[in-house]
Amino acid sequence: MATKTPINDPMIDPRTGEYAVITPGHTFKSVTQKLAGLVLTSNTPLGWFFGLIVAAGIAQGVVIGCTWLFLKGVGIWGVTMPGAWGFAIINFVWWIGIGHAGTLISAILLLFKQTWRNSINRFAEAMTIFAVVCAGMFPLIHVGRPWVSYWLFPYPNTMNVWPQFRSPLAWDVFAVSTYATISIVFWYMGMIPDFGTLRDRAKMPFAKYFYGLLSLGWRGSTRHWIRFETASLLLAGLSTPLVLSVHTVISFDFAVAALAGWHTTIFPPYFVAGAVYSGFAMVLTLAIPIRKFYHLEDLVTLRHLDNMAKVMLATGSIVAYGYGMEVFMSWYSASHWEFFMMWNRMFGPMGWAYWILILTNIAIPLTTLWSRKLRVNVGYLFFLSFVVNTGMWFERFVIVVTSLYREYLPSSWGTYTATKWDYMIFIGTWGLFTFLFLLFVRFLPMIPMSEIRMMLPHTKITRRGANAETVSEELT
Amino acid sequence: MPPREGIYGMLAEFNTPSELVHATEEARRAGYRRMECYTPYPVEEAAEALHFHKNRVPLVCLLGGLMGVTTAFLMETWISVWSYPLNIAGRPLFSWPAFIIPAYEWTILFAGLSACFGMIALNGLPQLYHPVFNAPNFRNGATSDKFFLCLEATDPQFSPTGTRAFLEQFEAVSVVEVDH
Repeated sequence: MATKTPINDPMIDPRTGEYAVITPGHTFKSVTQKLAGLVLTSNTPLGWFFGLIVAAGIAQGVVIGCTWLFLKGVGIWGVTMPGAWGFAIINFVWWIGIGHAGTLISAILLLFKQTWRNSINRFAEAMTIFAVVCAGMFPLIHVGRPWVSYWLFPYPNTMNVWPQFRSPLAWDVFAVSTYATISIVFWYMGMIPDFGTLRDRAKMPFAKYFYGLLSLGWRGSTRHWIRFETASLLLAGLSTPLVLSVHTVISFDFAVAALAGWHTTIFPPYFVAGAVYSGFAMVLTLAIPIRKFYHLEDLVTLRHLDNMAKVMLATGSIVAYGYGMEVFMSWYSASHWEFFMMWNRMFGPMGWAYWILILTNIAIPLTTLWSRKLRVNVGYLFFLSFVVNTGMWFERFVIVVTSLYREYLPSSWGTYTATKWDYMIFIGTWGLFTFLFLLFVRFLPMIPMSEIRMMLPHTKITRRGANAETVSEELT
Repeated sequence: MPPREGIYGMLAEFNTPSELVHATEEARRAGYRRMECYTPYPVEEAAEALHFHKNRVPLVCLLGGLMGVTTAFLMETWISVWSYPLNIAGRPLFSWPAFIIPAYEWTILFAGLSACFGMIALNGLPQLYHPVFNAPNFRNGATSDKFFLCLEATDPQFSPTGTRAFLEQFEAVSVVEVDH
C-alpha cells in the first residue's frame, strides 16, 4: 500500500507510508499557543454563537416535552401494552452507547500506549459526559413519577423502603451513576495541568481567577506529575472494565427478561461492540467539523480518522456477527417463539426497520470501510458517521419494539407508534448535547496540551553534551 | 500558618528537558536533597534524577476499591436479608450473584475516586499559593515550554551565593532567587 501513496505529501511518513499523528514542525511553544489560544481568544467566532443559538433552540424540545410529560404523565408517549417500552429506553441505550467510545479512547487506548489517541481523547471524553447526561435523563423521566426518581438510590428514608437489588434496573442505577461519576472525574483530572497553562496565559482577570481555581494551583512539579500519571493509568485501568460492564448491565435489562428476542446470552458482548461502533461514529461526527472549523488538521490528522474508521470496521464486524448469530440461534434453538419473532422482525409489519438497520449498520459501512481511500476521505467519513448512528438507533428500536409487540399470546398482540412528544424529547436531546459540546469547545481545552507536548520529538532526553545543542536550536 | 519570610530557594530555568535532567543529576551528586523539578509535561528521567520512587497513589486506590466492594456487598445483603426482605417468586433472600453487579460498580467507583482525590491530596493540592509562582519567569514557561530546577533553602547545603554559583555552571537561561 505504501508505494501507492504520493510520497511528496508532507503528512505521510516515507518509511511507513502512514499518515503522521502530528504534522511535523510543532514545538512546545507552538502547541501551547495554538491550543490555549482557542480558549483564551477574545474573538469568539460568529459561527459559534450561531451554533449555540440553534442548539439552544432545539434543546427546547427537552424542556417543553418534559414539562408536558410531568404535567400529564407518560400517557402522552406512544408506550402502551404490549409495547410498554418505547423511545425512552431506545434513546437511553443509544445515547449511553455513544458515550462509550470516549471512555474507550481515553482508557483502553491509553493502556495500549496508542499515542494517536492524545489528540482526540479530551473531546471524546467530553462527548461521553454529555451523552451520559442525555442518556441518564431518559430512565429518570420514564419512571412515571419522575419527581421521586431518587427512590432508585439506596438512601436511608423514613419509609424504610430500599431498592430491589435483584432487578436489572437497580443495577442500571449503579452502573450509570458510577460511569457518569468516573467519566467526570477522569475528564476533570486530565484537564488540571491544562488549566494551569490557561491560568498562566490568561490576560483577563476573570479568566485568570476561573482557570486558577480549576487548576488547584498546579505548578508542574515532577513529583506531582508522577502521581498524576499513576492516577491517570489507574483510572484508565478502572474505566476499561467499567465501560464494558456498563453496557453489559444495560444489555441485562433485556437479557434477563424471558422474552423471545431479548433472552439471549450474546447480548452483553454484542451491545458493547455496538456501543463502541456508534461511539466512534459520533467521535467522527464531532471531530470532522471541529478540525475544519478550528484549523486543527495538523493535530487531528488523517491518521486519526483512518484509525477510527478501522476501529469502526472491527466493531461493526462484531455487530454483524451478532445479527447473524441472532438469526442463527432463532433457527438452531428450535424455539417456536424465537423463530416466529425473528421471522416477524424481518418480514412483519416493522420489517422496514430491520432492513434499514441492515443497510445502515452492515451493508454501507462494512463494504466501504475496507478501502483505505475511503477511510481517509473526510467527506465520506462524515456521511458514514451519520449512517452508522442512524443504524445503531434502529438497532435499539428493532430490539425493543419488535420483541415486545408480538407477545407469546396472539391475543395480546399490539403495535407501537411514537407520538410527537416522543420525537420532541428525542430531538431535543440532540440540541442539548450540541449545546453542551459547544460550551465545552469554547471554554475548556479541547485537546490536551500536556499530552501533545509529550509526543513531540523535543522530549527526547540526550545525555550530557550529546546533541543538547541541536535540540535547543530546533526549539528556537 | 504565619507567612514565612526569606528565601524559598534558587530557581534555574532551562530550555530543554535534557539540560534539566543533567543539572538535577549533578545537584544530587553535589549533595543537594531538597529540590524539585517543574516541567510542562511529565519527565520520568527528572523523577529518576530526583530519586523519587515512593508513590502511594496505587495503595490508596486499592484501599478505596476494597472499601467499595465491602460497603456495597454488605449494604445489599443487609437491605435484602434483614432490613427490607422481599419474597419474589421464592428466590432466596441472600441471592448473592445478583449483588455482585452493584458491588462491582462500587468497587470501581470508590477506587476511581480514591485514585483521583488521593493523587490530589498526596500532591498537597489545592494549593493556590506557592513561592515558585513569585519567580518572575516561572509562570511564563513552567506550564508551557520551559524546564525549571529549584534547589530549596531548607537544604543544609544551600547558601545563597554558593547555590547560585553551582546552578550557573549549567547553561541555564536564568538563575533567580525565589522569596517566600
